[in-house]
Amino acid sequence: MTTPLVDMRDISLAFGGVKAVDNVSVDLHAGEVVGLLGHNGAGKSTLIKVLSGAYRADAGEIFIDGQKATIENPRDARKYNVETIYQTLALADNLDAASNLFLGRELTTRSGLLDEGRMEAEARKIMARLNPNFENFAAPVSALSGGQRQSVAIARAVYFNARILIMDEPTAALGPQETRMVAELITQLKSEGIGIFLISHDIHDVMTLCDRASVMKNGKLVGSVNVDEVTDDDLLGMIILGKQPGAKPA
Amino acid sequence: MSDTPEAPRKSLMQTLELDTRLLGMIGAFIVLSIAFNLLTDGRFLTPRNVFNLTIQTVSVAIMSTGMVFVIVTRNIDLSVGALLATCSAVMAMMQTQILPDMLGIPLGSPLIAPIAIVAGLAVGALIGAFQGYMIGYLTIPAFIVTLGGLLVWRNTAWYMTRGQTIGPLDKAFQIFGGTNGTLGVFWSWLLAGLAVAFALYGLWSSRRAKRAHGFPVKPLWAEFTMAGIIAAAILGFVGTLNAYQIPTRRLARLFETRGEVMPEGYTEAYGLPVSVLVLIMVAILMTVIATRTRLGRYIFATGGNPDAAELSGINTRMLTVKVFALMGALTALSAVIASARLTNHSNDIGVLDELRVIAAAVIGGTALSGGFGTIRGAILGALIMQSLQSGMAMVGVDAPLQNIVVGGVLVLAVWVDILYRKKTGERL
Repeated sequence: MTTPLVDMRDISLAFGGVKAVDNVSVDLHAGEVVGLLGHNGAGKSTLIKVLSGAYRADAGEIFIDGQKATIENPRDARKYNVETIYQTLALADNLDAASNLFLGRELTTRSGLLDEGRMEAEARKIMARLNPNFENFAAPVSALSGGQRQSVAIARAVYFNARILIMDEPTAALGPQETRMVAELITQLKSEGIGIFLISHDIHDVMTLCDRASVMKNGKLVGSVNVDEVTDDDLLGMIILGKQPGAKPA
Repeated sequence: MSDTPEAPRKSLMQTLELDTRLLGMIGAFIVLSIAFNLLTDGRFLTPRNVFNLTIQTVSVAIMSTGMVFVIVTRNIDLSVGALLATCSAVMAMMQTQILPDMLGIPLGSPLIAPIAIVAGLAVGALIGAFQGYMIGYLTIPAFIVTLGGLLVWRNTAWYMTRGQTIGPLDKAFQIFGGTNGTLGVFWSWLLAGLAVAFALYGLWSSRRAKRAHGFPVKPLWAEFTMAGIIAAAILGFVGTLNAYQIPTRRLARLFETRGEVMPEGYTEAYGLPVSVLVLIMVAILMTVIATRTRLGRYIFATGGNPDAAELSGINTRMLTVKVFALMGALTALSAVIASARLTNHSNDIGVLDELRVIAAAVIGGTALSGGFGTIRGAILGALIMQSLQSGMAMVGVDAPLQNIVVGGVLVLAVWVDILYRKKTGERL
C-alpha cells in the first residue's frame, strides 16, 4: 500500500456543545476520487473545512505525503497545494473573473503593482481550456450565470497546480450540460494524479465519479467502502440508517 | 494599426470607455457651477472663488479618500472630525510648547514643522490602528468604536489644550494652509505640463499593454478625444488658479517683511496652492493603492464578500487595522491643512467633519453595503458639497437653510445612485 496523499486521523471538532465531527478518519490517494456522503449536517463539510484551513480541529492530526501537516488557516492549506471549491463558490461578486481567479495570489510586476494584463491573459488561457464559451472577462462575477461562476471557482482551484482538490457539492447549482463538464473535468484531473475529495449527497454522482466513498452520519464516520463493491442501496443504508453494508469496509 | 483587434461597434459612451456614474456627477457639478454663476452675476466662477473653493475642499477631500476604503470594507468611521482635532492639537502643542520649551528647539527653527507633522501623522495612524484593532480583532462594530472615538478624541483635544486656541503656528507649517503657500505662476505651469505629459503617457502605455496581450483597444480617435479632454481640464484648472492675482496690499506687505520695496506696478499670481498639490498627490497615491496593489484588491474583495476573502487566505482582521490606520494618517494630514489654513489650532476644528467626509464618499458613489467606491468619485463628492455650501452662501441663503439643502442633497444623491444601479443591473 502506498503512502496516502492525505491522511486525516481521528479528527474531532465541536461547536458549542455539538460535536460536528467526532473522531473521524479518512484518507485519499493520488489519482483517486473519494466521495464524502451524508445528510445535511452530517459533518462532511465541517470535516473538509479542517483540511482547507477554514476551521481548526479540536483534536486529530493531518498527514500529507506521510508527513504531519499543520494547517491553521487557508494560507497554510494552499502551501500544501490543497485547493477547495466551496459550495458557496467563495467569489467576491464585485470583482471580475481574473481578480477572483488570482485572489490572494495576485501576479505582480517587478515594481510590486498588480499585473492586470498578465492576470487577464492567464485567466483567458485557463478558461479556454475549462469552459470555451466563457467570454465575459470585464464584468463583475455577479453578472455571470451559475455555470460561469462555477467555472471561475474551478479555474481558481485548478490553475495553481492543486495536488489535493476538495469539491463541495460542485454540481448542486448546475444544469445537465455543465454537470457533464464538471464530471469530465474530475476524470481528467484524476488521470493527472490529483487526489479529489468530492462532497455530495447525490448517490448517483458518487457511484459514477468516485473510487471510494466515506459516509458520515451525525458527525461520526459510518464507514468507507469501494464503490464497485457496494450497491446504491448499501450506500443509502449507510447514509440513512448508519448501517454497515454487507461488503467489508475497504 | 490594422492588426490590432478593434472592439465591435458600440455607443459613443462605450467607445470612450467612460464611467457613466462619474460622468453624471461631473455633469451635475457643471450644472451646479453654471447655476450659481448665473445667480451671483458671474462671481461664482471667478479665479478668486475657484481658488477659495479648492482650498476649502482639500481637508474633507483628503479624508474622504480614506473613508472610501473604510466604507468599501463595510465599516464606518464617525471619529474623523474628532481625531482631526486631536492630531491638530498635538501638532500645535509640538510647535508652540513641546519642541521649543521641553526639547530646546527654538521657535522658527526649520526643524519645527517637519517634526510636528511627523508626530501628528504618527498619532493619527496609531489611533486609527488602535480603532482598527478593536474592530478587526475584538470584533466590536465599527459604528460603536468610532462613535466612542468621536467623544474620546474630541475631548482629548479639549483636555490637552484646556480648550484654548493655540497659535500662531510655525511659518513653514502654514505653507500647507492655502493662501500662505502657493507655487506661483511658473511652477504651476511647469507642474501642469508635467501632469499632462504624465496623463498622456498613462493613456499610451495602457493602450500598449492591452495590445501586447491582444485585448481589444479603443479606436484612435477616442484615445485622442480623451487625451484632449484631460489636457484641457488640467491646463484650464491651473490657468484659472494662475489668473488669481495676489492683492496689491498683501504683496506690498510681503516685500516689507523681506525689507524690500515693491516695484511700481508689480503683480504676482497665486498659482497652485500647496494644499491642493497635497490633495492631488493623495488622490494619485490612493487611486494606485485602490486599483493597482494587493492591499486595494483585498479591500474591495473583503467588501464584496468577507468570507470569500478569508477563504482566499486574506487576513481580513489585519486588513481592517491597515484601513483604519490609513484613515487615521489621512485625518492627520487633513489636520495639517485645516489648522495651517486657520494659522492656529482652535477647539472646534473639524466639528461635523465626519459627516461631511462620509457624505462626500457616499455622494461620490461609495456603497454603504460595501465593495463599491472610487477615489475620484469621493473627491468630486467633496467638491460638489463644498460648492453647494459656498455657492448658497454667496447667493445669500441663510445658514440653516444651507444645511437643510445639503442634507437633502445627500439623501437625493444616494436615491439617484440606487436607481442608477438598478438600471444598470449592478447587484448589491
